[in-house]
Amino acid sequence: MSVTTVPPRGAVGPAPKNYVNVNSSIKSWLLTTDHKRVAILYLISATFLFFLGGIAAGLVRAELVTPAGDLVSAETYNKLFTMHGVLMVFFFLIPIVPAVLGNFLIPLMIGARDLAFPRLNLASWYVYMTGAVVTLIAIFTGGVDTGWTFYTPFSSVYSNSAVIMTAIGVLIVGFSSIFTGLNFIVTIHKMRAPGLTWFRLPLFVWAMYATSLIIILGTPVVAITLVLVAIERLLGVGIFNPVVGGDPLLFQHLFWFYSHPAVYLTILPAMGIISELVTCFSRKRIFGYKYIAMSSLAIAAYGFLVWGHHMFVSGQSVYASMVFSLLSFMVAVPSAIKVFNWTATLHKGSIWLATPMLYALGFLGLFLIGGLTGLFLASLAIDVHVHDTYFIVAHFHYIMVGAVVLAFLGGLHFWWPKITGRMYSEKWARLSAVVIFLGFNLTFFPQFIVGYLGMPRRYHAYAPEFQFWNILSSLGSVVLAVGYFLPLIYLLISLRTGKRAPANPWGATGLEWQIPSPPPTYNFRETPVVTGPPYNYSAVAAEEAYREARKQEGQRE
Amino acid sequence: MSDVSQIAAEARPIVAHHFDDVEQQHEANTLGMWVFLTTEVLFFGGTFLGYLVFRSLYTHAFAEASRHLNVPLGTANTALLLCSSLAMVLAVYFVRQDRKRTAVVLLLLTAALGAAFLGIKAVEWITDWHEGLVPGLNWLVVGPNAKHEELFFVLYFTMTGLHAIHMIIGIAVVGIAALVLARQQHVARRFTNIEMIGLYWHFVDIVWVFLFPLLYLINLHG
Repeated sequence: MSVTTVPPRGAVGPAPKNYVNVNSSIKSWLLTTDHKRVAILYLISATFLFFLGGIAAGLVRAELVTPAGDLVSAETYNKLFTMHGVLMVFFFLIPIVPAVLGNFLIPLMIGARDLAFPRLNLASWYVYMTGAVVTLIAIFTGGVDTGWTFYTPFSSVYSNSAVIMTAIGVLIVGFSSIFTGLNFIVTIHKMRAPGLTWFRLPLFVWAMYATSLIIILGTPVVAITLVLVAIERLLGVGIFNPVVGGDPLLFQHLFWFYSHPAVYLTILPAMGIISELVTCFSRKRIFGYKYIAMSSLAIAAYGFLVWGHHMFVSGQSVYASMVFSLLSFMVAVPSAIKVFNWTATLHKGSIWLATPMLYALGFLGLFLIGGLTGLFLASLAIDVHVHDTYFIVAHFHYIMVGAVVLAFLGGLHFWWPKITGRMYSEKWARLSAVVIFLGFNLTFFPQFIVGYLGMPRRYHAYAPEFQFWNILSSLGSVVLAVGYFLPLIYLLISLRTGKRAPANPWGATGLEWQIPSPPPTYNFRETPVVTGPPYNYSAVAAEEAYREARKQEGQRE
Repeated sequence: MSDVSQIAAEARPIVAHHFDDVEQQHEANTLGMWVFLTTEVLFFGGTFLGYLVFRSLYTHAFAEASRHLNVPLGTANTALLLCSSLAMVLAVYFVRQDRKRTAVVLLLLTAALGAAFLGIKAVEWITDWHEGLVPGLNWLVVGPNAKHEELFFVLYFTMTGLHAIHMIIGIAVVGIAALVLARQQHVARRFTNIEMIGLYWHFVDIVWVFLFPLLYLINLHG
């Protein structure tokens, strides 16, 4: 996008009307249809649930400090890791980037006044909250011990915990993602500003489009699967219980048909953020724009064809396993295309190690480790050895926590000035990015080793020879927890004492940086007209804004 | 050009603040509805997959179980739904022509045919209950295949039950739309809404068109 206006430098005087100060009553927030406000509602509620899920993880790590099951009973342990998994996967990882950053940014990035269906957008938040309340009631009135995967027939027949209510909660929250995905698809198709062709879209928008496709094609399937589990459990009949002629593998097929793509629907938005950050902080047009855009779609498509790699040892046909193994190797290709293109963008770029860039570089490292160990797991023979061990726990945490949460935090820091109109403390932010990176690796790298040595997942007691690695991991989780609390604190402080953010503190291209921070309710005074490709970091205005931002940074330090 | 452009200027729909013009609004709503229907196809798809798996595993038991269903009532219901879809599509046509009376009557007819469908469906379910065909609650079928016949009925009640929930929602929405139209001066203003409701109604109709042969007619060849 060609940037034609030089942004105002450090606004003085009372803040002009924007989406935050236009009306501060609680009612105006709860009944808002402004996509920016809905994004804030999501940010607050998902952050709350993230810390709840984090507490459960902390207790799990505390139990695993010693080999004996001495802190909590086996049953409580099962409920803790289930609570951690359910809250983190369904209530944090899946909605966090689309519902917060996607909601806030898509209309701004495409020059629209709102999403196509503003009321549906608000409704999606209420549906999300309903699902969260139902799930929390289930967790706190009895808990659920099936793991976030709800495998039958344990979940449908044998478990003595609140399975039905949790399943209903997850079912409900699924509909909030469907609403969001539907809204994004229609918005991106029909609401783009004049001149904003598909290949001029920011890569974040491409990523959100691919994500939305996965959401609308996958989520209904897990919804009906959970309905069937609930019916089976309620009436003692069923299609997943082998005792009455049902097929437990059918459950696994249906569940992973959604839940494997669900991994991609958490990582794709993260990749979209990284595409924005890498190019902005390298001061260079992104390398291989079309390949990155198309690889998002390729991941969305391939992602639906690899679910069987969760079932290599479940008794599915060995020929099916071979095909799924091959396809799982193939899905690595579009991911690798992205990594190579990001690396090529860094090459000979003018790299600026601001906080968002630190997160982006951290993402690249963690995603590489997570992705490559995924190839170990896609190999049939190795998977038999490491299936259901801590190796796989480490693998998916590198992707879904390491990569996704780092990218989210990178994006949050990048757009925080736009969202709130305030600058945060760069010093604290850089420190916490480093703490999170170190804490994460200390927590999860030992799990690769201990998993490869044979420690199974989901047990509250383990063989004594694994203790050393578990202590390292639990220590790491403390560091990681500190790292997660730091942004919570200094970002909240920045709301009060942070310096007022200019419209474009990073000298970034993109329509969202051409309007004031925070944006006015109507976003654009006049519908912008786009005349060129995105990421034109050689343009004069972008360079001026960049030099100005670096100069101010020098004065601050 | 979309259908909206054919509507007379004074009867055109109101454009919401975030859309540029009535065409963009109409296209966005239409795409949104189709995307929603896509999710519905996948939602029902899970039960169809279960049906496919178990029918191929227990072909004989499924044919046996299917004989318990009342084919004439199922046929009558199919006819009712097809007629309701005709009424719906005519209602959409007359809304675009801005002919209020005809449109409202057709919408009420659509809802009435849908309600008749549910009435017949209820009669069938009650009969199933008395014959002991309800898995888990009142299951009296005995024989070598009883276990697998029960699976058929689990799927039968799940699929027709989900379909009935969609019908209830559809009847409510169509009924409300009729009441809203009755208060309008220019019903063509609501053209987009009525067309979207029509798409939903036809979708629910089509689901039944698949359910009817899969559940009722599988024993006829054997």
